Amino acid sequence: MLDPIFLLEAVVNGILLGGVLALLALGLNLIFGVIDIVWIAYVDLVALCMYAVYFLVTLYAWPLWLAGLVSIGMGALLGVLVHLLIITPILTSPPINQLLATGGLLFFVQSFATLLWSTDHRSVRVAMPTLEVGGIFISFTRLLAFALAILAMVALYLFLTRTYTGTAIRAVSQDREAIALMGARPQRLYLVTSAVGGAMAGVAGALLIIQYAVHPYFGSAFGPLTFMICVLGGLGNMVGAFFAAFIMAQIISVGGVIVSTEMGYVIAFVVFIVLMFVRPGGIFARRA
Amino acid sequence: MTPLRAAGLLALVALAVVPVLPLGSAQEYIWHVVIQIFLWSFVGNAWSLMGRFGLVSLGHGAFLGVGAYATVLLWNAYGLTPWIGAPLAVALTVVLALVVGYPCSRFQVVGHYFALVTLAVGEVVRLLIVAERDWTGGSLGVTFQTTGTTSAGWSLQFSDKRVFYYVGLAAWLFGLWVWWRVDRSMARSAMEAIGEDETAAASVGIRVARFKMAITALSAALTALGGALLALYLAYANPDTMAGIGVSLRIVFAVVLGGMYSLLGPFVGTALTIALGEYLRIYFGIKLIGMAETIYGLLLIVFIIFLPAGIYGSLAQAFRRRRAPPSRDVPARA
Amino acid sequence: MLELNGVTAGYGAFTALWDVSLRVAAGEAVAVVGPNGAGKTTLLRVISGLIAPRGGRVTFEGTELGGRPAYDVVAHGIAHVPEGRRLFPLLTVAENLKMGAFLPSARAHFRESLERVYALFPVLAERQTQRAGSLSGGEQQMLAVGRALMSRPKLILLDEPSMGLAPVMVLRLFDLISRVREGGFTILIVEQNVRQVLKLVDRAYLLEVGRIKMEGRAAELAEQDFVRQAYVGL
Repeated sequence: MLDPIFLLEAVVNGILLGGVLALLALGLNLIFGVIDIVWIAYVDLVALCMYAVYFLVTLYAWPLWLAGLVSIGMGALLGVLVHLLIITPILTSPPINQLLATGGLLFFVQSFATLLWSTDHRSVRVAMPTLEVGGIFISFTRLLAFALAILAMVALYLFLTRTYTGTAIRAVSQDREAIALMGARPQRLYLVTSAVGGAMAGVAGALLIIQYAVHPYFGSAFGPLTFMICVLGGLGNMVGAFFAAFIMAQIISVGGVIVSTEMGYVIAFVVFIVLMFVRPGGIFARRA
Repeated sequence: MTPLRAAGLLALVALAVVPVLPLGSAQEYIWHVVIQIFLWSFVGNAWSLMGRFGLVSLGHGAFLGVGAYATVLLWNAYGLTPWIGAPLAVALTVVLALVVGYPCSRFQVVGHYFALVTLAVGEVVRLLIVAERDWTGGSLGVTFQTTGTTSAGWSLQFSDKRVFYYVGLAAWLFGLWVWWRVDRSMARSAMEAIGEDETAAASVGIRVARFKMAITALSAALTALGGALLALYLAYANPDTMAGIGVSLRIVFAVVLGGMYSLLGPFVGTALTIALGEYLRIYFGIKLIGMAETIYGLLLIVFIIFLPAGIYGSLAQAFRRRRAPPSRDVPARA
Repeated sequence: MLELNGVTAGYGAFTALWDVSLRVAAGEAVAVVGPNGAGKTTLLRVISGLIAPRGGRVTFEGTELGGRPAYDVVAHGIAHVPEGRRLFPLLTVAENLKMGAFLPSARAHFRESLERVYALFPVLAERQTQRAGSLSGGEQQMLAVGRALMSRPKLILLDEPSMGLAPVMVLRLFDLISRVREGGFTILIVEQNVRQVLKLVDRAYLLEVGRIKMEGRAAELAEQDFVRQAYVGL
């Protein structure tokens, strides 16, 4: 029988993983909730930011925190570029075309990354201690990533609720014409949303590169999981995604310890499929 | 006989005759590319049976993968001839489709949600294949094992590509026939009604869940058959090329690019994307790995943005506009 | 203050307004009445910039506004309270009002504007943290008007504010609108409730099937066949 200590460790690691997954899901959800387009290539943009941090730290010996800031900026820039070049032309296209446009971006980013940096897996090795709390071992790296992820989400929350632009972004997703009557430009709000969503991807990238290796197909590895978390929480529902992230992370972590790492993911995905049938609008679906 | 029909028959004859023509030293390669085009068009047509009615699946890789892997594994493990193995694989896939399709239909999982659920299913299949590497070969894939003594007819492995040329052609034509039959059936009208307004459709007595599941099962079955044939032809299956989000997206791309609502749309789209892929691969060779795919991805984005109705669809629209000039603006009603 | 000259506008192949001309002077309260489908809502949407006119001119305080986008028009001092209120249902009352003051010029006087709105509509102050979607019809209308006031406009466009409200509520609403008017705002109101609105305004226009059929001082028109016509038109 499994030592309860390992189980507890898995639970804790699940929480830590949940924090970062929540961050990924929130960025995607923000964009979808406001602009109503799913960026299939979102996690591939995260991967690009991961590469940026990797190169800055390993090739140019930049300090991690500085590389992280660059990652955020780069994410925001990528968000803006994607919105201007790809999203704006297809805003009125049928949904399937929208999915395919960002899907095409996925192909493009993944093959471009292969072209530039080959399929090698790259990670940033950070010399951080492993803490021991009550018999379980916690990687400080993961703890730090968790804390920073929570911080980023709090910052997002404050932005969306305390600032004019943030509130306007929430408003434009509820009534585009009405917000224009208040003097706000919907197109500009969309742009800011894309930038913020991209910045979140940048944060996620910086936090992920210290835990996982990046490779061109990283987006295909973490992407589906991110989409599922968003759908599980109710597409566009930020709070829902937050909780869904932790639920999925727990399943992956605990399942990974009980069976195997891959089966952990399989179980999580199967649970997702089952939950979709129980609550098709997501488990926290609002009765809109 | 209308000119269109004549052209169609001519094309058919031409296709049937290709393998016997002397095509020079590149003939094996040409047959190889054409076989791929036939089989992937067949898969594309199968996908479009769902796609055209609004059931956009991003997880057809699941059906493809199960069809392919089941066929190969049944042979490798039990020596079961693909003549029986493939139909079994198809049956298994249909079960999977119904298992996923039933709750989707019953609980009204539609639109973005449906697309992402199917994506999950595709990934589950891929992950399972990779996880159970002991008997599936994992990420390295699995080869259809033949020894020198295996009978070609029994194992459906032929050294002469031309056999599979005709197999592919037959499959493709079969797929077109099925598409055509669905297009003319009650199911089409029912599905279009469902696509527009499910509740309204149900209120006039259309059995929404039943139609949706039937179309899903049909699409899955054909896709699985396509997967089995591909695995048999290539004598190899791999979780990344036969399952998962990558291949699922490629299928959808080819169909939408060609035109989702027309009979030959998937064929046009598949032919173009495969031809493009091959051209780029030859051009760049092994010099710049990833360059071909990069340009491919870029072109896909450009096409989706600028040709929303697909190539076939856009051409059809332009053709229609040529024949019937636009009517003047209707004078406003008082 | 506001002048429309020969404005023609519509949707797609359908023309809703034909050669409409009207005037609103500063400080006035003017009504546009008429039956369903007359084009009254289209008229306001053209003025506020949600639709571009196909012909004619829309001038506000000397500036040509026709064809400018909505966010530009509001910056010039026209606030539009749309048909159906169009509140942000998931935002709170306070947040809706905050959005009303989105313009930089409005933000600078946010506190002041907010106090004025709460003074006019005390019930909004009580329900500050409540989601707008959960308010009653009358409260929603008050919030919609309050939201428009937050942008510190010179001219307020009101599109059928009495729609969907109980008669008692309608009386209260018009009373509140006259108080708003007393606050120095110019008002252009579109209404089907002819009798009530004529008690509120100085002048009125009758719009029928996209054309101005009649205009005059409210007091005179109330006596006339005008009123009956508008009702019969309904």
